[in-house]
Amino acid sequence: MTPMHPSPDAAGPAASSASSARGDWRRLLASPEAVALLLLVAGITGGGLLSPKYFLDFHYLMDSTSLYMEAAIMALAMTFVIISGNIDLSVAANLALTAVLCGELHLRFGVPMGLVIVAGPCIGAVLGLFNGLLIARLRLPSLTVTIGTLALYRGLAQVMIGDAALQGFPDWFNGIDQRYVAGLLPLPLVIFLVLAVACALVLHRSLLGRFLYAMGTNESAARYSGVRAGVVKVAVFAIAGGFSGLGAVMMTSRLGTVQYSLADGQELAVITAVVLGGTDIFGGRGTIFGTVVATFLLGIISRAMGLALWPAENQLAVSGSLLIFAVVLYRLLAKIGTTIRT
Amino acid sequence: MAKWLVALIVMLSGVALVGGCQKQSAAPATQAASSAGSGKIQIVFIPKNMGNSYFDLIGTGFKQAASEYQADFTTVAPASDSDPAGQIAFIKDQIQRGVQVIAVIPNSTTALIPVLKQAMDKGITVITLDADLTGNEQYRSAGVWPADADEIGASQVEALGSLMNYSGKFAILSATTEAPNQNAWIKAMKLALQGSKYQNMQLVDIVYGDDKAEKCQTESEALLNKYPDLKGILSPTTVGIVGAARVVQDAGKSGQIVVTGLGLPSLMRGFVKDGVVKKFQFWNGFNQGYLAGQVACQLANKSLHPAAGVTFKAGILGDRTFRDKNVVIADKPADFTADNIDKYNF
Repeated sequence: MTPMHPSPDAAGPAASSASSARGDWRRLLASPEAVALLLLVAGITGGGLLSPKYFLDFHYLMDSTSLYMEAAIMALAMTFVIISGNIDLSVAANLALTAVLCGELHLRFGVPMGLVIVAGPCIGAVLGLFNGLLIARLRLPSLTVTIGTLALYRGLAQVMIGDAALQGFPDWFNGIDQRYVAGLLPLPLVIFLVLAVACALVLHRSLLGRFLYAMGTNESAARYSGVRAGVVKVAVFAIAGGFSGLGAVMMTSRLGTVQYSLADGQELAVITAVVLGGTDIFGGRGTIFGTVVATFLLGIISRAMGLALWPAENQLAVSGSLLIFAVVLYRLLAKIGTTIRT
Repeated sequence: MAKWLVALIVMLSGVALVGGCQKQSAAPATQAASSAGSGKIQIVFIPKNMGNSYFDLIGTGFKQAASEYQADFTTVAPASDSDPAGQIAFIKDQIQRGVQVIAVIPNSTTALIPVLKQAMDKGITVITLDADLTGNEQYRSAGVWPADADEIGASQVEALGSLMNYSGKFAILSATTEAPNQNAWIKAMKLALQGSKYQNMQLVDIVYGDDKAEKCQTESEALLNKYPDLKGILSPTTVGIVGAARVVQDAGKSGQIVVTGLGLPSLMRGFVKDGVVKKFQFWNGFNQGYLAGQVACQLANKSLHPAAGVTFKAGILGDRTFRDKNVVIADKPADFTADNIDKYNF
């Protein structure tokens, strides 16, 4: 089990009671979230230096967020999953299967699109619930179960439509990324930010949030202190599924089409964002704020490198090294954090 | 929590400030797209993925044509072609950079439509090559095809026939059931088979290996088991032909069962040297890239207005004529045998 290293507000009321204001600020600066934030500032600066003519364009940066908002939304729910000491590798496959089911509902069975938009998150939640029940009822490790459903969900999507591309969604539904709130913020970004605030409230202010940290820190201890771990797990996987379902609807609208291979491999990008945002892969620690910052960090540096015409393989190498660098740094900071506290 | 919110707001307003200040200087970049003709033509080539030797060959031809017009030529692509939406970010970046021409080997006939529409709205010329936006051709100005489907079908059947003495049972190993070009070629093959020359050849089965190495091998093995008197496997896909050749080689039936189709010399060399595959076909990717480069530059300097029947000069390739849906054909399938395979490295 990982040592407990509560960060400001991450571990809830337990951490913030006795420490002095000065220690509070020092720990804040030494937290993964602060590092991620610094990296984001560095990323924006670096992007500006790499291609000043094209990168530092506010509208472009806003517009380009639509490229990764589906993954970003899945990362919010993944933060819950990982904090609780689990992992969900099936999120992107869930997105693909839900998108295929939604597409078939509308195009083949004539279900009105308005209804399908609501059905999407529900279908995703049911698929997530399936994960949760297997994990909680049969006491199976989430890694094993979701490796299985990763293949199962994408396989089902392929069985259903082969390599056909479903098309013919109504015009009003297509192009979610072309809709702006207040003429400035793309709708997918707004949806993400609203969900981020909601998730932060749940995680840092609700009983469910406290249960998640408790389970991730020490599941049997949490069980003994009355946390119904099974119920919490089912809930958290259902939430993850629901968010994938929402991502499915958003991606279908953005692309105007559905293929079984949608979001292929995106579970790794999702987990990268969560871990880069300072969530401990073994559970018990993490914040929604960190995930949000890391999501923008990854999105921003990928655009900076794209505009600077960096080859895709170099881009992958950069994101990979960034993750390793950050995780090592977070470990060191956690140690320093412990010394500051004592 | 409150501290983090404050930090987030400060940061976002910082981004807004920086962005706001820079907005004016970014404006000329977007204008560049509409003012083609002044200065150098900027062309970007976006294949399905990087690290593919055939796409590299296309790029070499493309670059040569671009250099004849002193155009700026760049290649960018995703690392993998598994995500149908993977090319979108790369296209968005190029729209932002204000290039004049985006030449794409589309990874999906549909997923790129919204972003290609944005590019065209900004005055950027979009062309496709090697693969097309089948059914959505209005979202590109021209499509450069490697070879004509009827010609591919006929010459593949002839290649197979010549190897199996124009008689016996054979099967086709295709990619996926929905692949538009595969289906067009198979249709053309069936048409060619009606010729009297091929009356003793019998197409017994069509199987699909999904262009996955493992599935191609399983499907080939199944064919061998199901038809003990099978004389040939025709696989018009570069992954399929390798799978079929490997299975026939491993079964020790390289004299009995003919394997041919469309293959890449680099992947087929071993099988040709071992005598498993006597002859296969492909076209020259260089010519396709070169033709795409000619079309791209001539579209960018507005000297070419594509429409069915319009003929234009395509540099070293001579005259080319647009077909329906602004399709132009680059090359013919050519034979590769033990005699000439070493001359090619794609």
